[in-house]
Amino acid sequence: MSVDAATVRRIAHLARIAVEDDEVEHLKGELNAILAFVEQLSEVDVTGVEPMTSVTPMTMKKREDVVTDGEIPDLVVKNAPASQDHFFLVPKVVE
Amino acid sequence: MTSPTTSTPTALSLAEARDALKRRELSAVELTQAHLEAIEQARVLNAYVLETPDKALAMAKASDERLARGEGGPLEGLPLGIKDMFATEGVRTTACAAILENFVPVYESTVTSHLWRDGAVMLGKLNNDEFAMGSSNETSHFGPVVSPWRRAGSEAKIVPGGSSGGSASAVAAGLCLGATGTDTGGSIRQPAAFAGIVGVKPTYGRCSRWGIVAFASSLDQAGPFARTVKDTAILLRSMAGHDPKDTTSVDRPVPDYEAAVGRSVKGMKIGIPKEYRVAGMPDEIEALWRKGAEWLKAAGAEIVEVSLPHTKYALPAYYIVAPAEASSNLARYDGVRFGVRVPGNDITAMYEKTRAAGFGPEVRRRIMIGTYVLSAGYYDAYYLRAQQVRTLIKKDFEDCFAAGVSAILTPATPSAAFGIGEKVSGDPVEMYLNDIFTVTVNMAGLPGIAVPGGLDAQGLPLGLQLIGRPFDEETLFSLAAVIEQDAGRFTPARWW
Repeated sequence: MSVDAATVRRIAHLARIAVEDDEVEHLKGELNAILAFVEQLSEVDVTGVEPMTSVTPMTMKKREDVVTDGEIPDLVVKNAPASQDHFFLVPKVVE
Repeated sequence: MTSPTTSTPTALSLAEARDALKRRELSAVELTQAHLEAIEQARVLNAYVLETPDKALAMAKASDERLARGEGGPLEGLPLGIKDMFATEGVRTTACAAILENFVPVYESTVTSHLWRDGAVMLGKLNNDEFAMGSSNETSHFGPVVSPWRRAGSEAKIVPGGSSGGSASAVAAGLCLGATGTDTGGSIRQPAAFAGIVGVKPTYGRCSRWGIVAFASSLDQAGPFARTVKDTAILLRSMAGHDPKDTTSVDRPVPDYEAAVGRSVKGMKIGIPKEYRVAGMPDEIEALWRKGAEWLKAAGAEIVEVSLPHTKYALPAYYIVAPAEASSNLARYDGVRFGVRVPGNDITAMYEKTRAAGFGPEVRRRIMIGTYVLSAGYYDAYYLRAQQVRTLIKKDFEDCFAAGVSAILTPATPSAAFGIGEKVSGDPVEMYLNDIFTVTVNMAGLPGIAVPGGLDAQGLPLGLQLIGRPFDEETLFSLAAVIEQDAGRFTPARWW
């Protein structure tokens, strides 16, 4: 399988990465090189093989459902590029 | 009185320094000061992206006080470098990415907190490939790391490998006694081999991933770098251990790895996988591999040929699984909660501009591949199939271990280190092939160690890799110590 320019633009949008028009061709070539490389997996007979979900057999640990953290809003927003009154600020999303 | 240990403390091994501190022949402040001076003189290597001398000296002073009271921990007063993938409270942590260039964590990673608990001293943060995506440390936002090694008769700058290139370069050049690394596809073992030092990728789950910048969560694992096998054993004992904050961290006791160094390997069955004899592998690597097997045989191990039939599919499967997980993990860099923001007319434009400006070309490429293979209509053909292949890769190893094999010996890399800028053909796959011998280990969640085996004709280090059963790092330390004893240690001639 290989990608065309329209697919490159669609993937970029899904990934929320702005791509300039003059970058599309180059990206297409790189992505297709990787896709051509992984194509060899189609040779493998995977009939009846379980896909791996956990590399070491373990049951997911669950902790008690209690509050163990919190009351640290100053720290939560400390690295935010824009915040006000312990809220993260973003461009307007509702009209 | 000047003893050899106090005159050049940066040349000590971590174990030697630990013992000298305990005997009070050297103070932690002297040891730290010597390393800070070495770092200052080696800035041309670009190994450190942040030096923390004040913090280091304060920690060393506190160590000296504890040592004087006889209260020193297992790593008391030992200066270490920390890969910039580990969150360090109050100390800038960037993953060497533009998008995190101003990030100052308000928490400490579990692995580093274990090191400080045991008395270690932090010298600073070490360079790596952006978000640990790379095999040469050329993708860092802070520029490439230079290896302390050079080809004989040449001044060309050599890569230290990646992604933990800063860690490898700093340890090899004596800019710390040991360092932390992270290994998703070979990022500890490949740079350790390129720099002529020892690097350990523990079993998945052995070290907590909490507080480490996530790349591919089912593959990521932290581990140590040092100049001797024993030193990495000492460091791993502190780094490992159960952490309730990481649900994949295992709750089983941490052995005394140091005690495994020097233990007999007599009667152990060592597998030589025939599939690792790849086309185009230099004769020198083939010869080193044979020599490694001979050393282990001379120590009483039995050498057997084994087969890992799905080896050739590990790297392509990795380049589906790792980017898929990365595209998901890196979705958090959106310019809202932390990191850099580039303004846009609406929120989508803000996300898209922020991420276009904040990610370098390799990271962008991997996010896009990951997004593609997870997108509707392609998930089964790519991601699901890759995870099925991963099951087969793991089964290859399980069959091998079930047949009584204690560990598997392979070359660590298909070539020696290359020059900075030498692999820029435009085909990203050329760089990916560096990890051909290491990536299988991550796919199967197994422990692996890279140990120096010799130098090539140009004078650059070559490493061997040992792959072990899950949670049997001890056997790897015992075997690697045999190789180390026969191969010797390798130190680059100082030119910086």
